Amino acid sequence: MNARLKLGAQALAVGLVAGLLALLIWKVAHDSGGGAASKIDHGKIAAAPGFKLNRLDGGGDLSLAALRGKPVVLNFWASWCYPCNQEAGTLEAAAQQWAGKATVVGVDVRDATGDARKFLRQHGISYPVVHDNHDSMWPSYGLTGLPETFFVDPHGRVVGHVAGQISAADLRRGIEEAQKA
Amino acid sequence: MKRLLVVAAAGLALAAPAAAACPKTSLPKLENEVMCPVCQGETIAQSDSQAAAQVKRFIQGRVQACASEAEIKRELVAQYGTQILAAPPRKGFGWLAWLLPAIGILVAAGVMALLARRWSRRAPEGPPGSPALDGPPMDPELERRLDDELKRFE
Repeated sequence: MNARLKLGAQALAVGLVAGLLALLIWKVAHDSGGGAASKIDHGKIAAAPGFKLNRLDGGGDLSLAALRGKPVVLNFWASWCYPCNQEAGTLEAAAQQWAGKATVVGVDVRDATGDARKFLRQHGISYPVVHDNHDSMWPSYGLTGLPETFFVDPHGRVVGHVAGQISAADLRRGIEEAQKA
Repeated sequence: MKRLLVVAAAGLALAAPAAAACPKTSLPKLENEVMCPVCQGETIAQSDSQAAAQVKRFIQGRVQACASEAEIKRELVAQYGTQILAAPPRKGFGWLAWLLPAIGILVAAGVMALLARRWSRRAPEGPPGSPALDGPPMDPELERRLDDELKRFE
């Protein structure tokens, strides 16, 4: 009886350790700073993580897959972020300048939707904007802060990344790069 | 006129409990249960970030609008995801976080009870002055020297 108990306790302990190890591996794998940002910053071209999210600027949803065929500028922002406020005008100007040749898409993350809609009105944003209400884009794109902008080529691959406030020159360079790819 | 007074009194009687029930919760109560959306492991009470300030404003607005704690949390999760809550939800994978500590405590208690039982069985009391039960008997010469040494301290 004692030997069986001892064996059971040992099996339980081993099982617990194995379970904790599995949890640790899972956590490290998900927090490894992987994501699209890390890959592109290391010179690798990777498929842009797909999404299908509700639009903030109107009804329905928008998926990245539906935008294939033209370069896509994915701009991650939040209404509380100061540089996001600073770059909003630049992005709107680029969206109008490149209309028909490239699509600018705003992705509102870690933000209250009421404040985000107010932001869109204040800055007169006309390009499509989605809201990530599950916080799934932050890890899949490997964001480290806001704002961040990704350039996706017509085949759905991330070919450029700018962390921080983006300039008109950065946007032009990124879109041209995505068109060439 | 009398009928009007009765209606007004009834209205007041109904409104009073409703007013007393509002607000249903408060920002200080919630700010330790809600995470800052952009900080590592900090609640909004611990953070001075703009993102935390936005969440506090949102909660304050909903508290003033008489929303309950559960309603506010539901609205926060709808906008920020489940990570916004300091405690994991009691469903799906979130259950693990609630159950594992309890299971750990139960297992530890079980193991301690078993060990205590074994130890209490192993240590029968011997007669006073008998040699140690777990070791070989002491060499008489060594025992005599030990007694001599101990006498020096008396």
